[in-house]
Amino acid sequence: MAWFWAVTSLVTVALILGLAYRPLGDYMAWVFTTESDWRAERWIYRLIGVDPRAGQSWKAYLRAVLAFSGAGLVLFYALERLQPYLPFSLGFPAMSPDLAFNTAASFVGNTNWQSYVPEHTVGYAVQMLGLTVQSFVSGAVGIAVAIALVRGIAYRNRGTLGNFWVDVVRASLRILGPLALIAAIVLLAGGVIQNLHGVTQITTVAGGTQTIPGGPVASQEAIKMLGTNGGGFFNANSAHPFENPTAWTNVVQVLLLLLIPFCLPRTFGTMIGDQRAGFIILATMAALFCVVFVSITAAELSGHGTAFQVAGAAMEGKEQRFGIIQSTLFATATTGTTGGAANSMHGSYTAIGGMVMILNMAMGEVSPGGVGTGLYTLLVLVVITVFLTGQLLGRAPVVFGKRIGVREVILSGVMILVLPVLALGGMAITMSLPSIRDQIVGQAMSEPGPHGVSELVYAFISAAINNGSAFAGFSANTPYLNTFLGIIILLGRFVPIALVLALAGSFAAQDRTTASAAELPVYRPQFVIWLIFLVVFISLPTFFPVLLCGPLAEGLA
Amino acid sequence: MSVHLGGSLRTVWTAVRAMVVLTVILGILYPLVVLAIGRVAFPSQAGGSLIRNANGQVVGSSLIGQSFSDADGNPLPQYFQPRPSVAGDGYDATSSGASNLGPESNALFAAIEERKAAIAEFNGVAVADVPPDAVTASGSGLDPDISVAYATIQIDRVARVRNLSPDVVSSLVSQYTRGRDLGYIGEPRVNVVELNLALDEYHG
Repeated sequence: MAWFWAVTSLVTVALILGLAYRPLGDYMAWVFTTESDWRAERWIYRLIGVDPRAGQSWKAYLRAVLAFSGAGLVLFYALERLQPYLPFSLGFPAMSPDLAFNTAASFVGNTNWQSYVPEHTVGYAVQMLGLTVQSFVSGAVGIAVAIALVRGIAYRNRGTLGNFWVDVVRASLRILGPLALIAAIVLLAGGVIQNLHGVTQITTVAGGTQTIPGGPVASQEAIKMLGTNGGGFFNANSAHPFENPTAWTNVVQVLLLLLIPFCLPRTFGTMIGDQRAGFIILATMAALFCVVFVSITAAELSGHGTAFQVAGAAMEGKEQRFGIIQSTLFATATTGTTGGAANSMHGSYTAIGGMVMILNMAMGEVSPGGVGTGLYTLLVLVVITVFLTGQLLGRAPVVFGKRIGVREVILSGVMILVLPVLALGGMAITMSLPSIRDQIVGQAMSEPGPHGVSELVYAFISAAINNGSAFAGFSANTPYLNTFLGIIILLGRFVPIALVLALAGSFAAQDRTTASAAELPVYRPQFVIWLIFLVVFISLPTFFPVLLCGPLAEGLA
Repeated sequence: MSVHLGGSLRTVWTAVRAMVVLTVILGILYPLVVLAIGRVAFPSQAGGSLIRNANGQVVGSSLIGQSFSDADGNPLPQYFQPRPSVAGDGYDATSSGASNLGPESNALFAAIEERKAAIAEFNGVAVADVPPDAVTASGSGLDPDISVAYATIQIDRVARVRNLSPDVVSSLVSQYTRGRDLGYIGEPRVNVVELNLALDEYHG
């Protein structure tokens, strides 16, 4: 019976996404190709001193991405450090330098790892001016970079990729802004709060006292999900009843997470003038999503684990209104989209359920991936698949009309190494420093042994792939971890972006050939299977040793 | 070189201005628009779904669970008991959070065993009849709901302490039981805060 509810929920999500696929995908394609600016946009371009028709080379586009994100990082850091002087700060002090850096890096990098407890740390001014704003613009940057890559594929013999400032403003004002406003209203109707009350002291039904928090939650919740950010207003994130009050708002939140990532393949197909290209991307994303959902759900329904066997079900860290199914649906969506939000505590999942979530991130976030990042990561994996299969079958390495030469292979190859190098390398460096290792084993881990290893592995992969969710028993609010994970987040965000833009630049400079019989036919189910095969077989062997020490050891105990 | 440097500085200056403009639109304008819509269209939800007793005093939020224990932390027998909470000392709405303990954690194993025995004894039922949600802490620590099974095993005890017939208590439980959303999303549940308030205000 549980599977019946699982399938009906999945079908609901799939149907709604299916209805949105064409209109939203085509709308986004129009947003990034039209030559006409809104009047408000023209004011903005004048205010920031930009000629909206000027094209940028990939290097200029990258410089703009870095300058914009850098400015966001500095302004956000300043807000956190100046918190006591800002209005609506609820009397909270300035955040410590390492925590402020970690938080700023995390939100600018679309990661939204939170090593602090929001209820005791950030007032409304930082929530609105810092967290909400970065949730928008970091998502907009991801979309912009994906669009630049799509243009690179669509263009012929060109030296430019469009204009970053136009892309980021349009992504914010024409896509994320209106959708977030609608989403915020829907969430308000469901019970998500939106006020500036501060806290309300009440006497409870039984005569005790309780302090009920307020805050501008709905406005942040909408973009937290829509921009695949995940930075919660409250510590409990989407498990908190004021963020996610009921089961249907949970489905709305899952839909918001998946909406843009699943519709961008249509945008891609429309912009390069071949919908079959969009479909192979969509099919890969959807197939991986379904496999992950079924795996996590099966693990949680089994309730494997000593403590859960005694309890009768794996309900630790899960809310009654969601139950197992709505929890695993959310967990699949959040670990597959760089979402980082959580409506149930991942650290209290069964060992195998937790491992599937780690793998879902380790696959490079392509099921369906974050806003923009999912599309560009999968396109890079398509390049590698076509190259490898071309080698095996003796076909010309050409995809979407673009030749895959040495430069393209090197850029794509380096890109898929970023995650393992940052996650495993970062973990290795950290654990080889004796004093830091003692601190992590003794204090940061909730318990030593396999579960502690899982927490550590989850934290480093989550940071490197910009997910931001956690096995939250891991206390990462130490100067070393805040700083180190903050750096990993920034590298994990901007190194791939630089590689993707370089790839876009070299594609744009090429002519676009028409398909020939010598090429690998990519518009076939066999190719999707190959692509999935590659995604799994890049990640699984890379991370198998650490999974063996963590969740597998725990699950086999 | 100087041309290049000038270009980079100009890019940075553009970036700063862009970030400020977008902060005004997305960080001030957007939340205030949502605030205004909430105040006009959904005042109750936007304010926190507060619930009042018969005297009109606010006694909580229908979305935020409460503790129904005495000062020493012992459960009050006249009330339906909520799930275990690790938010602060229990249902502390300023400290939402979970145990984050894993499936093989000794601490979690011991806590669940202890809760199971205590709940069985408190309600006079067999250990095997204690449902999973009764012995596991929620993700938020503020879960206002319990399963129908957990409410059911508490009916006789609450009825006895309040000198009510079990049928009366049972019908109140059904009244505050909510099915799956739209008939198929999420789990059926009983809102403990609303149910206990209704019990206190029940007069024949």
